Amino acid sequence: MALQLTNRSKVVSNKEQSVSEKLYLPGIIKGMSITLSHLFKRRATVKYPDEQRPRAEVYRGQHVLKRDDNGAERCTACGLCAVACPAEAITMESAERKKGEENLYREEKYAKTYEINMLRCIFCGLCEEACPKEAIFLTDRIVDTEFERDDFVYGKDKLVEKTDKRIDVSKRQTLEVAAFKKLPGLKHNTMWDGKKQIKDKH
Amino acid sequence: MISLLIYKGILCVAVFAFSLGVAAYSTWWERKFASFLQDRVGPDRAGPFGLLQPLADGGKMFFKEEIIPNVSNRFLFILGPSLFMLTSLMTGAVIPWGPDVIIGGKTYAFQVTDINIGILYLFGVVGIGVYGIMIGGWASNNKYALLGAIRASSQMISYEVAMGISVIALIITAGGTLSLREILAQQDAGVCNFVYQPLGFLIFFVCALAETNRAPFDLPECESELVGGYHTEYSSMKLGLFLFAEYTNMFISSAIMAGFYFGGYNFPFAHEFYNAIGLQEGSWLIALIGFGAYFTKIFIFICVFMWIRWTLPRFRYDQLMNLGWKVLLPLSLLNLALTVVVEYFRGNIHF
Repeated sequence: MALQLTNRSKVVSNKEQSVSEKLYLPGIIKGMSITLSHLFKRRATVKYPDEQRPRAEVYRGQHVLKRDDNGAERCTACGLCAVACPAEAITMESAERKKGEENLYREEKYAKTYEINMLRCIFCGLCEEACPKEAIFLTDRIVDTEFERDDFVYGKDKLVEKTDKRIDVSKRQTLEVAAFKKLPGLKHNTMWDGKKQIKDKH
Repeated sequence: MISLLIYKGILCVAVFAFSLGVAAYSTWWERKFASFLQDRVGPDRAGPFGLLQPLADGGKMFFKEEIIPNVSNRFLFILGPSLFMLTSLMTGAVIPWGPDVIIGGKTYAFQVTDINIGILYLFGVVGIGVYGIMIGGWASNNKYALLGAIRASSQMISYEVAMGISVIALIITAGGTLSLREILAQQDAGVCNFVYQPLGFLIFFVCALAETNRAPFDLPECESELVGGYHTEYSSMKLGLFLFAEYTNMFISSAIMAGFYFGGYNFPFAHEFYNAIGLQEGSWLIALIGFGAYFTKIFIFICVFMWIRWTLPRFRYDQLMNLGWKVLLPLSLLNLALTVVVEYFRGNIHF
């Protein structure tokens, strides 16, 4: 006998139909009662824009570029996220911070432009893992639909969080995640711990 | 005379509008009912519970591009759906929709016309109905449309035989009258005809499914084999008419079944009920209640039509023909013979 995946399968037989089978009526009544029973079952539909299925707190949706507590951008345009990205969705250009821009950018080097192509992105979260500055996070927001392909290339205007509308990423940035990032195997993460460089054990 | 004309005119328009309205909302209810059977929600965006969906569908149909194939016969191409719609609406004329109303000593029937060959008229008009499909499918000059049209006509002709014979049995039980008014009035006094003709009803019901081209007998528009069947080449409101007339047909055949076999506007203990709430015979309230009872029966039949459609798979064409000629025809003949013998011994038949 062939491999059996479920115990619901039936062996095909070519035997003559019995009288009740030839009459069709018992079969029809059986089928009709099955459909009738579904009349009283719960609807499976979720009316999407009106109601949404609950998402996991660590859902990987649209990215955010975080600011620090003073409102300065955390990103230093190191490019590790772009290197880590398996879909090659991230591009950026860096620039040097001028005097007087300390309240805008936390690091001396910052991202002049930062673009994520949302059509290429596979929402794997490797950019987040690669980031040494805790700047990029995936959130539980869903990327909007657009009519033009170009509109899916999100620039800094859409990615950087607004100072008056902070986005909570505490569910993704847990202590466990922080500890995980300090594991020796994750070389790019262990290079900097605050200001002190840690020697890689490998 | 003038008042009679005005009254009949109003009734004509009312029946016409009502048939169309019910057909329109049948399309909505069909989708709703199907969704209930499949644990879905169905159309609910246009208006509350999607109640404006038929308007949206109709509007869409009107504004779609009208395509008439170059190789088609233009006159017949337009005639097809028009004829189909016309015949499906004409059948409503002989159905008595409610008890008579007596105002000022004058009797007003709730029926456009009471012709004494009402059943023959019905069968005649239904028989013409197939011409609409046939002409439409043939004039399209398309193989699939032609095949669909041939299927439709041969199916309708085959099932009309068994249907006609089951109705003859019914006429014998009803005392030899062909007037729908009398058939319905008779069931007022006694029990409904279903009690005398259960087998006849079953045959009639199966044939009605086949006559209206509803599943599981919807082979003329079998998408999996014939693209769209007889309306493959149709677009815009002409397609709309074909689809719409199918629902009108369903409504009318439900009305006929409810009238022939389930007493139409009568319901059990109707007179006791009217007496209890103090209504006089001939009051317009009685007519209204009677019409409500009739419509409830029709609605149940429409639901059963839809319930069957969303349960049973389509027949194969040879199975369809076997069922029609080898099962339903002998059964209906047997039913007729039994009816004749029983009615003879009850003394209702005289030679």
